[in-house]
Amino acid sequence: MSKGRKRNGQITRRRLLKAAATGTGLAIGSGLVRGFPTIWAQNIKDVKLVQVGGSYSAIIDIGRQASKDLGFQVEMQTADHDALMNRLVNEPKTIDIADTEFFAQYYMVGRNIIQPIPVGKYKWWDKTVPIFTKGEYPDGRKVSAQGTLPYKVQYLESRDAKAFAKQPTELLSGIPTVYNADTLGIRPDLIKRPIEHWSELLNPEFKGKTAIVAVPSIGIMDAAMAIESRGDLKYGDKGNMTKAEIDKTIGILIDAKKAGQFRAFWSTFDESVNLMASGEVVLQSMWSPAVTAVRSRNIDCYYVPLKEGYRGWGSCVAPMAHLSGLKLDCAFEYLNWYNSGWQGGFIAKQGYYSSVPENAKKFLTADEWDYWYEGKPAKADIMDPYGHLMEKAGRTRDGGSFWQRMGNIACWNTIMDEDRYMVRKWNEFVSA
Amino acid sequence: MSGEAENRLAGTVAATMKINQQTVSWLQVAPLAVVLVIFFGIPMIFVAAVSFFDYARWQMIPTFIFDNYVELFESNLTLRLYLTAIKYTAIVWAITFVVGFTVAYFLVFHVRSLTLKIGLFLVCTVPFWTSNIIRMISWIPFLGRHGVFNSALMDLGIVQEPLSFLLFSDFAVIIAYVHLNTLFMIVPIFNSMARIDPGILEAAHDAGASRWRVITDVVLPLSKTGIALGSIFIITLVMGDFFVVKIMSGGQSATVVSALSTEISSLQYPPAAASAVVLVVIVALMVAAILRLVDVRRELTG
Repeated sequence: MSKGRKRNGQITRRRLLKAAATGTGLAIGSGLVRGFPTIWAQNIKDVKLVQVGGSYSAIIDIGRQASKDLGFQVEMQTADHDALMNRLVNEPKTIDIADTEFFAQYYMVGRNIIQPIPVGKYKWWDKTVPIFTKGEYPDGRKVSAQGTLPYKVQYLESRDAKAFAKQPTELLSGIPTVYNADTLGIRPDLIKRPIEHWSELLNPEFKGKTAIVAVPSIGIMDAAMAIESRGDLKYGDKGNMTKAEIDKTIGILIDAKKAGQFRAFWSTFDESVNLMASGEVVLQSMWSPAVTAVRSRNIDCYYVPLKEGYRGWGSCVAPMAHLSGLKLDCAFEYLNWYNSGWQGGFIAKQGYYSSVPENAKKFLTADEWDYWYEGKPAKADIMDPYGHLMEKAGRTRDGGSFWQRMGNIACWNTIMDEDRYMVRKWNEFVSA
Repeated sequence: MSGEAENRLAGTVAATMKINQQTVSWLQVAPLAVVLVIFFGIPMIFVAAVSFFDYARWQMIPTFIFDNYVELFESNLTLRLYLTAIKYTAIVWAITFVVGFTVAYFLVFHVRSLTLKIGLFLVCTVPFWTSNIIRMISWIPFLGRHGVFNSALMDLGIVQEPLSFLLFSDFAVIIAYVHLNTLFMIVPIFNSMARIDPGILEAAHDAGASRWRVITDVVLPLSKTGIALGSIFIITLVMGDFFVVKIMSGGQSATVVSALSTEISSLQYPPAAASAVVLVVIVALMVAAILRLVDVRRELTG
């Protein structure tokens, strides 16, 4: 699953210096995480940690910065979801840090693939967004538990536990890293009226001009949001449908497809950008950076906030089970570095959130913070992490502030119990 | 005594020669055999073995069950996927055959100069100088609703509304297949036709045959080896593809391999393996049927 384009560009020196200057926390921050007395600089310089994850998360620049700050080497490798799962299971020794979406924890629990992180080894847990630590919003409201709410897979009773703990424990299955709220992307210039509900995905008004993502587990959720919003069906749990619910969902999708509702089912980031930019499609499932990519071609595109809420997703990192001794110490130090701010600042500028926002804030200018997290209009042009123009001054982030967006999650990316059945039905839909 | 010895010696020599000849033959097939065993035989055995495994989430459970095959054969989906694949194959085969035969015929019998012949033949390969993906993807901006072709039609006043069926449709899939694969039909037919003695054609003419009869009764039967080989290429390429269908149909159409690839990306290897085994058997049967119609080996050596 490629949520972001692989970027080969280098950080310009100037940006780096600027980031360093604005974030006075850099020196202090890295000094803090360096404080482990057991680790001797001469020993750690030979240590190399290999992190494998999605292209939107295992970003080469993050590995480079970590190596610089920590004194040992961090190598980033990217892999698609299925390739990554395969490697985690079949060649676990080729990976040191697993970087997966939270729902991958269902695959890994009780199989001795990764090792849990004792809360005491991770210094940012009490500063982590409560969505992860408690499954709650700061005001105490419960976050929707449809699909894989990270909290559901966050805690373990013991290292070899076969299931996740229902309550917070002292063992974390992974450290939350990047996450976001996904919704539909639209072309306001071609639609010319407000879009407020997921049901518009199935509205015949846009016949032949809508698209959904071709990843079955995500595509079916976007469809379920639309179906529920139209009132055809009320799901018990959109993230874990029963066979009957899958049948009904696929039935409705097949009818819509036969009526010519969809222009395409896209499977890559670029396809989604091109469908939207060319105007073949005016309303579709999209990842946030794809919306920005369309806008960067001077074509209006809007990541529209919808009444029913967002489809959330999140990633986490965890040390692999085979790590021990010095390498494991380095891994814990790396996890502490990971959310100490630099990485959070970097991914914020790609539109993703950090699980420890106050650390990320140190690596963003006040204007950047206001734009990405506070939902305020940008005072100056907003740049991506590589220094390219992302948004012009005056623009406000689609959907608004962090809590306007993350505070309204309807369901989470997941893997269903009936996954096997669902994939078969999905194939029927595609071939119908 | 001496005569016997001589006989025995001759026998030994003959036997040695025989062994040598056999050895030589074995050595000749060895490289291809090794490649096929390592890169096709062994993986295929693994795939066949996995197709009997059970699975849960991403985990494969090594047992011996027929569930994957039962599910495959019980599902209407399988039939529909094969029908789609066969529909594409049949249409693409028919078009590439007509185009391939015509182009080859023109090159062999109409172009007299050998240099020009080679030159034009090379022109046929020009599209292959870029990658398959580029050749296919370049159709997308051309055929889209706001694409070059639709804009031209609208500017000329031929249509009022852009034609949607041009892209993300069966039409688009077939155009891409034909564009990508026609050369595989041209080359073997060209090769067969080049071996036809032009004298035979003249004789047919002299005997009063019309041009059409010369083609149907002389050229066509004599180039059937090439047609058979070309057909094998087309059938295996189209039956085994999913990428062209996926991109050109905008993900709205699926063939056997598309479904298989969805299963693989959902980490459901055993049913994908079962599906692969069935596909290999069916394509092998199709190829066998062609080889039965045309004895390629005799034609090639004869």
